[in-house]
Amino acid sequence: MIRSRLKAQRLAFLFLMGCFFFNYPLLSVFNQGGVIYGLPPLYVWLMVSWLALIVQMAWVVERKGD
Amino acid sequence: MSRRILIVDDEPNIVISLEFLMKKEGFETAVAVDGDDALRKAAEFAPDLILLDVMMPKKSGFEVCQALRTDPATASVKIIMLTAKGRETEVAKGLALGADAYVTKPFSTKDLVLLIKSHLA
Amino acid sequence: MLQGWVIVFASFVYLGVLFAIAWYADRRADAGRSLISNPLVYALSLGVYCTTWTFYGSVGRAVASGIGYLPIYLGPTLLFALAGFVLVKMIRVAKANRITSIADFVASRYGKSQVLGGLVTVIAVVGVVPYIALQLKAVSNSFAILSSYPEIVMPAMSGTIPLFQDSALYVAMILAAFTILFGTRHLDATERHEGMVAAIAVESIVKLVAFLAAGIFVVWGVHEGIGDIFAQADAVPEIARRLTTADSPATYGTWGTLVFLSLFAALLLPRQFQIAVVENVDISHLSRAVWMFPLYLFLINLFVLPVALAGLLHFQGGGVDADTFVLTLPMAHQQEMLALFVFIGGLSAATGMVIVETIALSTMVCNDLVMPLLLRMPILGLATRSDLSGLLLAIRRWAIAIILGLGYLYFRMAGEAYALVSIGLISFAAVAQFAPVVIGGLFWKGGTRDGALAGLTAGFVLWTYTLLLPSFAKSGWMPAGFIEHGLFGIDLLRPQHLLGLTGLDEITHSLVWSLLANLGTYIGVSLLRAPNLREARQATLFVGGAEAAGIPGWRGSAGVADLLPLAGRFIGFERAQEAFARHAHERGLRGIEELPADTRLVNFAETLLAGAIGSASARVMVASVVTEEPLGIDEVMNILDEASQVRRYASEVEQKSAELTRATAELREANAQLRQLDRMKDDFISTVSHELRTPLTSIRAFSEMLQEDPKTDLAQRSRFLGIIVSESIRLTRLISQILDLAKLESGRAEWTVESVDVGEVLSDATESMAVLFTEKRVTLEIETCEPGLAVQADCDRLIQVMVNLLSNALKFAPAGSGHVKVGARGTANEVRVHVTDNGPGVPLADQELIFDKFRQGAGTADVLTDKPQGTGLGLPISRQIIEYFHGRLWVESSPAAGTSFVFTLPRLTGDNDASKNS
Repeated sequence: MIRSRLKAQRLAFLFLMGCFFFNYPLLSVFNQGGVIYGLPPLYVWLMVSWLALIVQMAWVVERKGD
Repeated sequence: MSRRILIVDDEPNIVISLEFLMKKEGFETAVAVDGDDALRKAAEFAPDLILLDVMMPKKSGFEVCQALRTDPATASVKIIMLTAKGRETEVAKGLALGADAYVTKPFSTKDLVLLIKSHLA
Repeated sequence: MLQGWVIVFASFVYLGVLFAIAWYADRRADAGRSLISNPLVYALSLGVYCTTWTFYGSVGRAVASGIGYLPIYLGPTLLFALAGFVLVKMIRVAKANRITSIADFVASRYGKSQVLGGLVTVIAVVGVVPYIALQLKAVSNSFAILSSYPEIVMPAMSGTIPLFQDSALYVAMILAAFTILFGTRHLDATERHEGMVAAIAVESIVKLVAFLAAGIFVVWGVHEGIGDIFAQADAVPEIARRLTTADSPATYGTWGTLVFLSLFAALLLPRQFQIAVVENVDISHLSRAVWMFPLYLFLINLFVLPVALAGLLHFQGGGVDADTFVLTLPMAHQQEMLALFVFIGGLSAATGMVIVETIALSTMVCNDLVMPLLLRMPILGLATRSDLSGLLLAIRRWAIAIILGLGYLYFRMAGEAYALVSIGLISFAAVAQFAPVVIGGLFWKGGTRDGALAGLTAGFVLWTYTLLLPSFAKSGWMPAGFIEHGLFGIDLLRPQHLLGLTGLDEITHSLVWSLLANLGTYIGVSLLRAPNLREARQATLFVGGAEAAGIPGWRGSAGVADLLPLAGRFIGFERAQEAFARHAHERGLRGIEELPADTRLVNFAETLLAGAIGSASARVMVASVVTEEPLGIDEVMNILDEASQVRRYASEVEQKSAELTRATAELREANAQLRQLDRMKDDFISTVSHELRTPLTSIRAFSEMLQEDPKTDLAQRSRFLGIIVSESIRLTRLISQILDLAKLESGRAEWTVESVDVGEVLSDATESMAVLFTEKRVTLEIETCEPGLAVQADCDRLIQVMVNLLSNALKFAPAGSGHVKVGARGTANEVRVHVTDNGPGVPLADQELIFDKFRQGAGTADVLTDKPQGTGLGLPISRQIIEYFHGRLWVESSPAAGTSFVFTLPRLTGDNDASKNS
């Protein structure tokens, strides 16, 4: 349950991480033309960090205990 | 050699009676009428024993007693305190300050004489 | 071959299946075996966030600005990361107060304000209409494109098609009918629609699978995988720029704005609020949705960029609207079944949005806009009509039809000027105006109704001016001049460059101004006054979780006899009876008839009604029963009165508590005084005993000595006896004076008050003392005594005072050379008497002390012989006597001039000349 204060705070921490991941200036680092290993870096960065964030959110709320 | 007794009291009639009583028993006496006088006479007269009233002008008997005990010259003199205030706390205070005995007024002359003699023995 | 009728038939089959699912789910819900009560359904139904905007529009957006379509989905992801703080609280508050919509939420939070609920409804309807238009546009366009298969032809401008040939009109009508069937079959007190939620969950699956199917086909069917698409795109410079986004501050600013805009939208859009908060079956479902819903968003966006790039590669040279790539790419590759499936997916995205959005809006329009107005029109007599549930349903059905009609109107007017996503963003910006009052209302107790009204109005006006009106103007429905040159030609009022602000896109520009004004006025106006009683109560309910539980909503009460029919009129009698029976059961009672007429019952009835007609209207309706007051101004007065009563009560309590504090302080002081008096009494007794023991000591000592020694000589013996006698006299005097003083102090002394001639008192006193003065050889003279000085007093007591003063003077006057002078003078209203000696004087420090009991002035140097005779009580007694007759007694002394005791008494004057009579 996210009614647990600890879980809510962990989620809020992920919120802050997400705000950082999905915004300038980190965005500009990956905002380059061309493809690396056949993939555009900005697209890969956003999709991978997004998925990573979702996985962590799942880990926080589904974890037993606390 | 006769023993010396200093009588300290501010009440003239009590002084007269004590003086008469002591002289009859063969003691040498001196009289002081207030606290300061008592300390002065204690130094001059060098008594063996002091009959000390508590309620006195200038310095109370308690103060006199304390002063006598702290002065090495008079530290060993016997002190019998006389008081008209018979409260327990006063007795305890007097004894704590170094008095040898405590007699409540009015007192029995016979008992007082016996007490004095026992302390001078 | 895809003919029009095939598409229509497939569409109706799909809608029919949805309806069946909804019907089944409703049946299950009625039977108490909810189909939707699990976290998966909840997370899927949240997928209603993804509309045709996502389904068709995201690809179009990606073609326009590369990865720029993504912030719209990152925002909701971040919102769910904040679920523990925002959503949990919101759901809990909404459940506790039976909140039925976002308008109800805001109205309830700020003191159940009907005006506020109405305003939120208006903003929501106006704001969301473009969004509905977007759905109509997408469905009708995709239908037109698909029905021209195998050709790929872009549909004509909708504005140019005659009304009754416009498929969008029919789409709107069909959706309206379908929504009415779905959402308003019956009226539920909880305002939850289990069937609808089940259907929406299924629709979420359909649109996701359809989009993934199209994506997989494009990536692996047309191309050789993701890498192939990116490699090809990278090779064409014109297309390669979609792999990045413009590297400028404005782009990043827009990006960030969209992230937070969509974060708010995912919370505040009426349909999101409906699904996430109102339709939530169990708050624990939220925790799985925290990751499932973002995962859903992630999956549906996975192929957006590849499809966009593939579309650009395939349709090089244009001619095909990028918003349709999802549909046109399968068509271009002759995949007719896939194209049909994609169309159905798009249809499900549109129907899901339209159904939930219009149901939510119709609830708001009904509960927060129409019903409050109708109830306030006494002509209609609604307040007394027996069954209003039919009326409520009718209002909602009309609301749905009208809202869809408005959506169609906007589509006809402005639909062609914008891409799908741009239309949607206008709506996002509108509902973002709710953010300050909703978020503020959840976490800040200081917000007031006035503040919320002002903030919403300011935000809404600026949104209209900077975003909505320009969208009309660009479509040619309004003169476009004011966009270029500002209102009235004032350059600073250009709607898209307000106050000269440039460098922002129109959405960000609008949001900056509207939210700034909104937040500023909300806080500013709220701070103008403290929340009133009702606002403060609601604030506590919304902001302060647990502490709010004990707050009663009503001070009055009403019985089942009043409340049950009232509830029955709105939600139907049977349903009302069931609800009341459940309530009775929860309270451990056997039946409805046992329910007491208390505030708890009233609160229950109000919450029950709130579910059907909104909290503000429910309050008014219940008030009509509880207080039996007619509606209208009286009701307002009533509320004011209630508030002032509570205030008065509170101030009374405060006053009582202050009094109690004061009384406690007084008691403590009195206690301290008592203790002080007790100590004084103790000291007094100790002193008295000392004074009594002193003469006794002499008496006993001399008596014993005489007894011991009978042979004492005669002179000695008579001296001793003399002492004994004088000490006995002293003892006697002491005792009588103590008794005298005790009598004076306790007020039990006997007085013979008469007119007294002071001259006589003086002569009497001096005469009685003359012998003593002669003995000590001290002269005594009466130096001045005006005749006819009279006072009101007790003659004997005055003589006693004089004797005391004279013996006091005698005591201190030197034997032989001493002299004591007595005198009396009169002024206009007092008599002044003095007794002066030439003794040693009294030091200034002792001049008050000598009037204390048993304090005697210290004598001369030789105290032994000159010890003051007396008891130490003469002066205190004398002062008591003089003060009894309203006079004063004091001492004036200096070493040179001796001592003068002076007393004054009020002078008796006039016809009653005492000196002549006595």
